[in-house]
Amino acid sequence: MNDGEMKLRVTPIGNGTVIDHIPAGQALNVLKILGIDRTTQATISLLMNVSSRRSGRKDIVKVEDRELKEEEVNKISLIAPGATINIIRDRRVVDKYTVDMPDLIVGVLRCPNPSCISNTNEPINSRFIVKSKNPVILRCVYCEQAIAENIADYLI
Amino acid sequence: MFAKRHVISMREFSREEIDSVLDLAESLEPYARGGGCDALSGKILALLFFEPSTRTRLSFETAMMRLGGKTLSLGPTEGSAMAKGESLADTIRVIGAYADALVIRHPKEGSARLASQFSPVPVLNAGDGAGHHPTQTLLDLYTIRKESRLEDLRIALVGDLKYGRTVHSLAYALALYGADITLVSPQTLEMPDRIKADLAGKGTMVRETHALEDVLGEVDVLYITRIQKERFPDPYEYQKVAKSYRIGAESLAGARDRLIIMHPLPRVDEIAPEVDETRHAVYFRQSFYGVPVRMALLKMLIGDRLE
Repeated sequence: MNDGEMKLRVTPIGNGTVIDHIPAGQALNVLKILGIDRTTQATISLLMNVSSRRSGRKDIVKVEDRELKEEEVNKISLIAPGATINIIRDRRVVDKYTVDMPDLIVGVLRCPNPSCISNTNEPINSRFIVKSKNPVILRCVYCEQAIAENIADYLI
Repeated sequence: MFAKRHVISMREFSREEIDSVLDLAESLEPYARGGGCDALSGKILALLFFEPSTRTRLSFETAMMRLGGKTLSLGPTEGSAMAKGESLADTIRVIGAYADALVIRHPKEGSARLASQFSPVPVLNAGDGAGHHPTQTLLDLYTIRKESRLEDLRIALVGDLKYGRTVHSLAYALALYGADITLVSPQTLEMPDRIKADLAGKGTMVRETHALEDVLGEVDVLYITRIQKERFPDPYEYQKVAKSYRIGAESLAGARDRLIIMHPLPRVDEIAPEVDETRHAVYFRQSFYGVPVRMALLKMLIGDRLE
């Protein structure tokens, strides 16, 4: 697919957020982490398996009329560490950055340890400390169980 | 040196902090042996045991009473609000308002950490499921310091090194002192690689063997843990393993003169009763040392916060 075909497929958005360079197949998980589901009022475009010069194939998510905040979008670094965020105003890119993994991940992942207190009905969010960003190693604040692989499997 | 508000996990202790606890425990030991003092007079310690425990609960109770304070206990869970579906967080907030500190033992891992987030007063973890039991590790260190030495220590950790997280915390703390650690366990109960990696990260390389006799003549401390029957699918296999790790008077023939044998208790038959009378047996003193060590922690967390 050349750039011309690409443009026919997805029109640029006027205002909002474009999340680019998502690893192919992870776009739905990105929406999940951002808490964007069927209740959303925003117009969402979702492209999967788009050809990319950088990584072969990639996914793209566009959220219209909503500028996602850096701390909320940084959570997607768990599954899309190289994703880039473009903030669009009046069809112009006004801000562009690569997601950066926060030091603490709150309420995004379920602890894999079934005996962990965070998997009960206590009034708390799961909390993971990022021990290492590359490779990703997370540690549950409560039971100290580590997560290092298949992170998407633990998305709440 | 000791600025902690809660005692949840040994991971959070520096060597200096451990030393400051052990030093204070040493100075409180005479009061632990009898007489007591009034350092925490008028203070209340709440004991929240959601799981049965005799030793740890009584040891904390004794420690608080020797400091002149009082204790209150949450009765069996069936009778308490928890049975009605109240969250642990709410229980902690309510009881935290009655007492000056809380001791908690709970079957879920991470429960003590959760308690510390909701409690208005210091929380001491007395065991969170298969998780941490830091006061046990501190009393083990105190025992080693009193009965052997923490510097240039050669220690063998024996038994179930896979599931026994007490041994993991102890190994981690010993690494802070540069101890020479040998792991002795059946193949199926070896220490998990992630723990060994953690120790290696602290600069401590451990040696491993399956045969107790390999190390008996070389170590200052034998730390024995119970091998639980339920870890073995085959009862015959259990019998075989349990027998090979049993300490009797004859197995101590080649031991160093000043070898000490430790055990967190309760023991089943890992150590024969005849060993009790030898100079090597320190496990009952070890159990007593829980009192001065817990007194030190209570004094640091409750008493020293007053000034």
